[in-house]
Amino acid sequence: MKKTFILGVSALALTLAAPQAMAEKAKEIKIGFVTTLSGGAGVIGKDMRNSVQIALDHLGNKMGGVPVKVLFEDDHFKPEVGKQKTEKLLHKDKVDIMSGFIWSHVVLASRNSVVKAGKFLIISNAGTSKIAGRLCHKNIFSTSWQNDQVPMAMGEVLNKRGVKSLYIVAPNYAAGRDMVAGVERTFKGKILGKDLTKWPTQLDFSAELAKARASKADGVFIFYPGRATNAFMRQYAQAGLTKTPLYSVFSVDSLSLPKLQQAKLTNVLGTYSTQFWAPDLDTPVNKKFVADYRKKFGSYPSHYGAQSYDSIMLIDSAVRAAGGDLKKMDTMRAAFRKADYGSVRGKYVYGNNHFPIQDFYLRKVVADADGKWTTKIEQKVYTNHQDVYASKCKMKKTW
Amino acid sequence: MVDPHLLFEQLFNGVQYGILLFLLAAGLTLVFGIMDMMNLAHGSLYMLGAYIAATVALATDSFLLGIAVALPSTLVVGIFLEVVILRKLYDRGHLDQVLATFGMILFFNELVRLIWGPAGIEVPLPSILNQSLTLFSIPLPLYRILVIGVGLAVAGFLYVLVVKTKLGMLIRAGASNREMVGALGIDIKKIFTLVFGLGAALAALAGAMAGPIFAATIGMGENILIQVLVVIVIGGIGSIRGAFVGALMIGVIEIMGRSFLGDFFKLFLSGNAAETAAPAAASMLIYILMAGVLFFRPQGLFPARSG
Repeated sequence: MKKTFILGVSALALTLAAPQAMAEKAKEIKIGFVTTLSGGAGVIGKDMRNSVQIALDHLGNKMGGVPVKVLFEDDHFKPEVGKQKTEKLLHKDKVDIMSGFIWSHVVLASRNSVVKAGKFLIISNAGTSKIAGRLCHKNIFSTSWQNDQVPMAMGEVLNKRGVKSLYIVAPNYAAGRDMVAGVERTFKGKILGKDLTKWPTQLDFSAELAKARASKADGVFIFYPGRATNAFMRQYAQAGLTKTPLYSVFSVDSLSLPKLQQAKLTNVLGTYSTQFWAPDLDTPVNKKFVADYRKKFGSYPSHYGAQSYDSIMLIDSAVRAAGGDLKKMDTMRAAFRKADYGSVRGKYVYGNNHFPIQDFYLRKVVADADGKWTTKIEQKVYTNHQDVYASKCKMKKTW
Repeated sequence: MVDPHLLFEQLFNGVQYGILLFLLAAGLTLVFGIMDMMNLAHGSLYMLGAYIAATVALATDSFLLGIAVALPSTLVVGIFLEVVILRKLYDRGHLDQVLATFGMILFFNELVRLIWGPAGIEVPLPSILNQSLTLFSIPLPLYRILVIGVGLAVAGFLYVLVVKTKLGMLIRAGASNREMVGALGIDIKKIFTLVFGLGAALAALAGAMAGPIFAATIGMGENILIQVLVVIVIGGIGSIRGAFVGALMIGVIEIMGRSFLGDFFKLFLSGNAAETAAPAAASMLIYILMAGVLFFRPQGLFPARSG
């Protein structure tokens, strides 16, 4: 009798609870992904989209049992367009979560729209100091880095390698200035000169290269993402600067290397860059990601891709924690903060500003076994490094 | 104190940049001056020339062959455009022409993306051209010396064509008074087609020469076209000589501004302010010059039109 009663009550409880749980589980998860798909920078967006595809393949297109759809929008590399597209995704397509964003100035323009709509924003690349600091928000997370961290790691490398003087060339926009600030913060030698060039239209660097050579610096530090990389590297070779070592951040990567190899610019081989990741980073998740990417698309993924893969995987961990109920914002936020998912970089933790506290590596350009140019990890530069803007963020770490 | 070596080198860079602008400006100023046609798609022909040259150079491993193929094929594309689209626009206002040719820019950018993909192509140079030549202990990139040589040759060719030949006479006549040329029984349509084809070929040459410096990328034409427009406004619309002088002025001012304005600003501004203000001010210099020229000589330095 007692048994039947318990069974009956449990069954009743189940019938009561089950439909409720079913009703709250979303029918479909829509993720808005803003990136650059047109123009010269379109190659970055393509790599991100490909990597999102790999992530969805690995997830079987489902998060916590709910089908996922990722809607891509092209920001045309322009802040005003990025903001429009963000608004469109939020209000017309009614996406549940926003992600993507390559460019610091684009994400800065779009940030408030996402915050006002009360949605989560998982930034896949742009690491502007403002969002890491003053403009941090409880619903904004990054799966990349803060801009300054990568050049700061490079500054440390330069100190270790005994570089005494440096010439800096970078574009004059939010990220460019962050990169310069980063390397200046850690580099202990003398900075003999610095040029900030017009972005993104200036592709002629003859004046800057002539000044760099005339300065007789031990090394040249650059930051030129996207198509500007190739123009710069080529002119660097032509200007007879081949004997001055080149140290770069976010310039020589899996996207520019095939093109540089095509142009036979052998001066790129052996150059150094710093990053939190490389295709050969030895974690099980990364090996699977890189192998599947290469199988499907025939080339190495870039760090942009790796971060986009992580964005999707991070979102998946939060959706699963909330049992597919996207209204449970607090549960999802707690899950995001734990970063308890299979990241390509291995385990990391989030700082109070929701930027990863993670390791950074020195990478060298080498030819792989098939003769393809790629970057290879030389050594670890930073262990569990946190960006310097975290202290300007008013959020407290409670997790 | 400015290092004289650096000054000379920057002068060289400025001349080289100016020559590249001239190759584009020569074609555009002819089309604008003679046909009174505002062709924004000139930059698209530049891009097309760069892509064709790069593709052929990659396939055959010969940079020269790339240029040899790019010139006639872009010329054909140019003539095709003139006959099929632009001819219908001559009688319309400049605004219609701007709209139509702006549409062509979008069309060509998408076309290039469809054919070659979004990434752009690198153009391999013969390794000898990837070096620099040391002159008075200043290393000058050999390829840029070549660009200057080609530009001067084109300037010479255009000078002879415009000043010494019958066709040139008609072109000049067309630039000053095209109705009169038509009234005198010259088939102005044929001249227009020819001039447009020539302009397209010059744009392709500029593109092919720019490829090994900047790489062939989508939208490469739009960036440079703005400066080219400044060049022809300064030089005087329709004037080859004006385009040449204007291009050199713009090239040298642009490079000099980028090189020395920062140091100049540091004399009276804090380091940080000077560093961020200098590039912005440097990119304004050429527009300030243009405003000045427009104020004192609204027809440009070498006006081609008399009336």
